[in-house]
Parts: sequence; C-alpha cells; structure tokens
Amino acid sequence: MSDETNSGPVLTADGRSLKKSLQRALRREKLRALMLIAPLLLFVLVTFIAPIGDMLFRSVENRIVSETLPRTVIALQDWEYESGEAPGEAVFAALAEDLREAVKAKTHTRLGTRLNYELSGMSSLFRQVGRKLRRMDPDKPWREQFLKVNKKWGDPEVWGVIQTYSSPLTAGYFLNAVDLRLTPRGVEQRPENERVYIMLFKRTILLSGLITFMTFLLGYPIAYLLSNLRMKTANILMILVLLPFWTSLLVRTSAWKVLLQQQGVINDVLVWLGLIADDQRLELINNATGTVIAMTHILLPFMILPLYSVMKTIPPSYVRAAKSLGARPFTAFRRVYFPQSIPGIGAGAILVFILAIGYYITPALVGGRSGTFISNRIAYHISVSLNWGLGAALGALLLVLVLALYALYDKIVGIDNVKLG
Amino acid sequence: MQPQIMGGPLAGATGGDGFVVFDRVQKSYDGEVLVVKDLNLSIARGEFLTMLGPSGSGKTTCLMMLAGFETATHGDILLDGKPINNIPPHKRGIGMVFQNYALFPHMSVGENLSFPLEVRGIGKAERDEKVKRALDMVQMGEFVNRRPAQLSGGQQQRIALARALVFEPELVLMDEPLGALDKQLREHMQFEITRLAHDLGITVVYVTHDQTEALTMSDNVAVFEDGRIQQLDPPDKLYEEPMNSFVAQFIGENNTLSGVVQQISGDTCTVRLDSGEVIEANPVNVHAPGERTLVSIRPERVEYNRARLQEGAFTLKAEVLEFIYMGDVFRTRLRVAGRDDFIMKTRNAPDAERLEPGQTIEIGWLPRDCRALDA
Repeated sequence: MSDETNSGPVLTADGRSLKKSLQRALRREKLRALMLIAPLLLFVLVTFIAPIGDMLFRSVENRIVSETLPRTVIALQDWEYESGEAPGEAVFAALAEDLREAVKAKTHTRLGTRLNYELSGMSSLFRQVGRKLRRMDPDKPWREQFLKVNKKWGDPEVWGVIQTYSSPLTAGYFLNAVDLRLTPRGVEQRPENERVYIMLFKRTILLSGLITFMTFLLGYPIAYLLSNLRMKTANILMILVLLPFWTSLLVRTSAWKVLLQQQGVINDVLVWLGLIADDQRLELINNATGTVIAMTHILLPFMILPLYSVMKTIPPSYVRAAKSLGARPFTAFRRVYFPQSIPGIGAGAILVFILAIGYYITPALVGGRSGTFISNRIAYHISVSLNWGLGAALGALLLVLVLALYALYDKIVGIDNVKLG
Repeated sequence: MQPQIMGGPLAGATGGDGFVVFDRVQKSYDGEVLVVKDLNLSIARGEFLTMLGPSGSGKTTCLMMLAGFETATHGDILLDGKPINNIPPHKRGIGMVFQNYALFPHMSVGENLSFPLEVRGIGKAERDEKVKRALDMVQMGEFVNRRPAQLSGGQQQRIALARALVFEPELVLMDEPLGALDKQLREHMQFEITRLAHDLGITVVYVTHDQTEALTMSDNVAVFEDGRIQQLDPPDKLYEEPMNSFVAQFIGENNTLSGVVQQISGDTCTVRLDSGEVIEANPVNVHAPGERTLVSIRPERVEYNRARLQEGAFTLKAEVLEFIYMGDVFRTRLRVAGRDDFIMKTRNAPDAERLEPGQTIEIGWLPRDCRALDA
C-alpha cells in the first residue's frame, strides 16, 4: 500500500508512460472490436439514429412560410397584430409577387395546408387566391383585389398567423402536442373540445402501467414454476410461453376480437352459464378493457423471460436456509426469495412498459375510442393528416417521457438492479 | 467390489436412547432406485458425527431428510425421542450451515443473523444482544453492517456458522461447509468449528467428502457408500481397523494385494497371493479357506529396516521403482508380488536410508497390520 503513495504517472521499464504503452497495446484489439461491430453500427446509424434525428428536427422545423413567402415575411415585420387591422398595400403587393412564384412552383397549397393546422380556413384561402391570381390586374391596388376574392384577407387573424409562423423554427408543434397553441396573442390553451393529447398521454401511461402490472401478476407465478421445474419439463412449458411469439401479431389480435366481442365466445359462454343477462353482454372490446386484455397477453413473454432468467440464478439453498432458520414458507418467500427476484421484475417491467407505451397496432384494432394510445394519434398524423411536424413533436415527447421514466427508475431502483439475462 | 454390509443395527443404533435416531430409513427419488438403503443410526447428545463418503453415496440426502427438506420414503427419524417425519423444516429448530453458506445477499451481516430471531418474534433489544454475542463468538463483531458480498470466503463461513447458532439450536447440521475454502483456512476453521461445538455442547451432524476433515473433527465417523453406512466408528478405530475393503481404501492411503485364503486359525490366517507368495494376515472380513480376499496394509506400517522389524514380522522381496522426498516423510514406490503400485512411507529419521530405484530390498510388516478383507 505505502509503495503506491509516490506521485506521478507509472512508467514502463524503458521510461515511457505506462498508460500510453497500454493504450498502444490495446489499440489493435479495439480496432478489431470496432471492425466487428461496424456493420451493425452503420445499420443502426442509418435506420435508427438518423430517423430519430430527422424526427426531432421536423418537430421544430418551419421553413415553409419564410421560403414560400419571403417578401411578405419581410414586409410584415413592420405590421403589428395589435393594430387590429390588416396590413397595408405594400404587404399585399409582396404577397402577390410571392404567390405568383408559389403558384408556378405549386407550393402555395402546401403552405395553405401548413397554416391550416394553426387556423382553419387557411388552406381554402390560399387555394382560392391561387386560382384567381392570374386574372388580377397588377396595375390596380392589390389590397382591394385580394379582399374581393375573399373578405378574410382583411382579417388581422389571418395575417397574425402568417406573422407568428414566419420564423424558420417554431415551438408550435410542441405546444400543439400538449394542448396549447401559439397565437399572435401569445401561448394559450386550446378550446376545451380540441384538447386531446394530454388526455391521451395520461391514458397511455395509465394503461401501460396497468398492463405492466397485469403481466407481472400473471407472469411471476409462471416464471417461478418454470425456474423450479426440471429442465425437460421447463423447456416444454417455455415453448408454451413463447408460443405467442410464433403467431402473427395481427392473427392474435384478431383472435381476441373473435373472443371478446359482444356476440363473441366469452360473452356467449357467460350468457349460457347464466352469469349475465343476454341484454347486458359485457363490453370487452373496442374500449380500454380490450386494449388491456389483448396487450397483457401479447407482452406477457417479455415479463416472464427476464423473471425466469433471474429466478433461475437464485439457488434453492436460500429459501431452504430461511426455512431452517425458522421462517414459515411464506415469510421465507417474502423476505428472502422475492427481494432477490426484484432485478427480474425491474427488467420485465421496464421492457413491458416501454413496449406498451409505444404500442400501436393492438390499441388500433381493439381499442375503439377509449382504448387508443398516443401512438395511434402519431400514426394518424404521419399517414392520414400528414401533419408530420405534430406527429414528430408527439413522438419526441413520447421519447422524452420514456427517458424520464427510465431515469426515474434508475434513481429509485437503480439500473444496476436490472437483469435481462 | 461388493462391500460387506454391516448387518443389523449398528453399534449404538439401538433406537430410542439417542438424541437423533434414524430407524430403518430408506429414500428413493424416482421409485426405482434407493438412494438411501436401510439406514440405522443413533447420535448421542453433544456428539460430533461426520457422515463421510464419496459423492452420490447418500450422505447429503440423509442430512436433508434430517433437516426436513427431503422426506424419508420409509422409516422414522427421531429427534429427542419424537418422530419428526411430518414436522416441516421451519418448526424443527435445527441449525444448518449450507455448502455455499446461503447468506442472504440483500441483507447485511447483522440482518442475516437477526433473521432467525425476528421470525421467532424476539424483541429488538434481545435480538441485538444475541446477534452481537454470536458475532463475537466467531470474532466477526465489527462486520455487522457489511454485506455478505463484501466478505472473504472464510468470513462468510464464520457468519454462516454464527447464523446457524444464533437461535441456540441443540442440533446443527453442516453440509460440506469448508469445501470452498483454501487449505490453510480450512484447517483453521476445522479447529474453530470443533471448539465451538464443544464449548456450546451442541450436537453436530457434519457431511463431508474430505477424510482428513472427518478424522480430525469428529467423535464418530459414519462412512457412507452405496446408500449404506459401511462403518461407524471413532476416527482412530476407523483408520486403523477398517472393516471392509471400501473403508480401507477410502480412508487414508492403502496398499492392497489380492489372493486366496488358505487357512484360518483364530486371529491369523494365511493368504496365497496371486503372484504365488504366501503371507500371514489378520482375518477381519474372511470366513473360510478358498475365499478370495484383498489384503490391505497401510504404507506407514511397511518397514524395510530389519533392525526395526519386530519379532515375528513377515518379509517379502521388493524392488524400488521410485523414491519421492516429501520432507517429513519419504515415499517409496515398490514392486511387490507382481504389483508396481505398492507404497511405503518412512519417517525422515536421522538414520533413514534414501533408497535408489533399481535396488532390491526386503520389506516386512506385522501380521495384525495386514488385514484380510472382502474381495
């Protein structure tokens, strides 16, 4: 011990720094390791990191206004929304010129669509003026001609929206994603009937938590049984556990539809048994119940496998020792076995929860109106409404949420306590 | 080799009067093979009994039946006169030290020791005092807040021992508790365990496959093989007077020569070895002329120095094959009666001769040290 107190770096026999020597010796090995993972690294970079980066960028990107209407944006700088009036002739002239180019490039409809997210009616406004622009007279005042096409051009709201969203980056999508909106008057809450995302986020977290708990409740005994059986029997049972993996997600989800619907197998049996009246059949599908049932089934293996792999490593001698020390079987389980299986619970819970929170197809098929998740809304914006910015913002929020929960878990349980295999 | 079975109830296993009694106990896991065949054993209060045997001999199964983790397929196990077959392990009040200690990794040393007291509903103050006393007993007082993973193997061993003793059981079972320790520590712990057992006056049933451990620690050793007790005796008797070939070969080093019994008269017999020589032997386990026998002689009972051979000693010609210097003893490999694995051990005494390979010598032994056993 006392030898190591002399300060300064340790040197090799020929006087060079030991650290550098070691680094040189290990460089070859590191290079080899890098070569081995290079294909995967490249693949992950292209298919995972890049799309996520792109998504994060799209959630704030807003160049469309300043690119389509460059002159108008500059001319609008002097106008103030608070004046309560539409801007003057100069701005209309700039708009006319911008639109002429935009109509030629056919980008004015895209701009209309974009601005329509913020104020409905914008899309048709731009489409209409795009059609009529050719017949306008460049020698007459633009303002009157625009107002003749549509009175709305005199509305300061319209101009306010254009001005508010003229910067190339915007927080508007993120504000939309949490039921707020950016207006010329500043950030304000959406009208009550348009608030949907906060509720969806809450529901997604709540139902995912419930699903995680259900998989734990159902999976723990199975994993316990599996880890205490003989290898041969355990393997056969394991196949049954993994069976859901072997059938297509769609097939399984459809099977749940057959089982759970009001004229379905389960309700029929319950009616036949006389447990429920024929006119009071249970609503088990196309609502939150359906989502929880189907997703618990689908995600169960993700809970069982980590649990099993942890339980397998708990030697039976611990419980025996507890019993020999005088603990009843339940006490031995509670105080000795269960605490040691917590890393498995943690791993399973994280896995199931994170999978559940981003699940899309099952809630879409069996969730109805009350059982859909935030991811269904993201999918809607990506593929139906084509509001990619909002979809990206929702996705980014989901990502942040998952990372935050992960950090929280690390703080409470400790990520070292997670054992995946 | 079919070892002769010690017939009937063994010495002391008369049932009823022992603290721990196995009465005609059998155990089978699959209903086809008996792992433990007709076990009869009586252990007195305060006795240190070791179950010694190769792996698969049934010794651990016996221990587990006593602890309550396995049920006897047939027969009774009595503790202090009461049958315990139907008492679950947690109500037996037997302390146990496991092979890998089984210290609870998520609890500190103090919590580990406190556990058996907590489940017995003992109050905090009394618990703390007992834990402290138990830790002091194994000289681990300052480790009360450590986790098992922060302790060395030897320290874990001590904690496991303290935990098995903290609730003051009268009977403590130990399942190869020293198997994971290095030699020096093992020898130290052997001494430590026997001292504790003696001081506390507890009854100990100790399972091991290490014969040195068995010989140095125990009051009595039960040698297990093939699901039966082959011999139950104090260590000295076990070593010097093995009752059959298995015990002779399992305990200590042993030279064997095979042959046929020619005649038996009282406490001597003559055996014609397969190589033709006729030697005198002590008929331990042979009954009639014509029987095949394995003659067993301990290497340290073989002597080549004529001056030290006693009156009536029997001699044979031997060729030195190898001479190994081991410090305190010399180990000489000889060719005797057609076998070239015959070992002779001589003490490194001032007058001891260092034999050269190729040399021909005469070796001898006392007829009573040469035991004719079952073949």
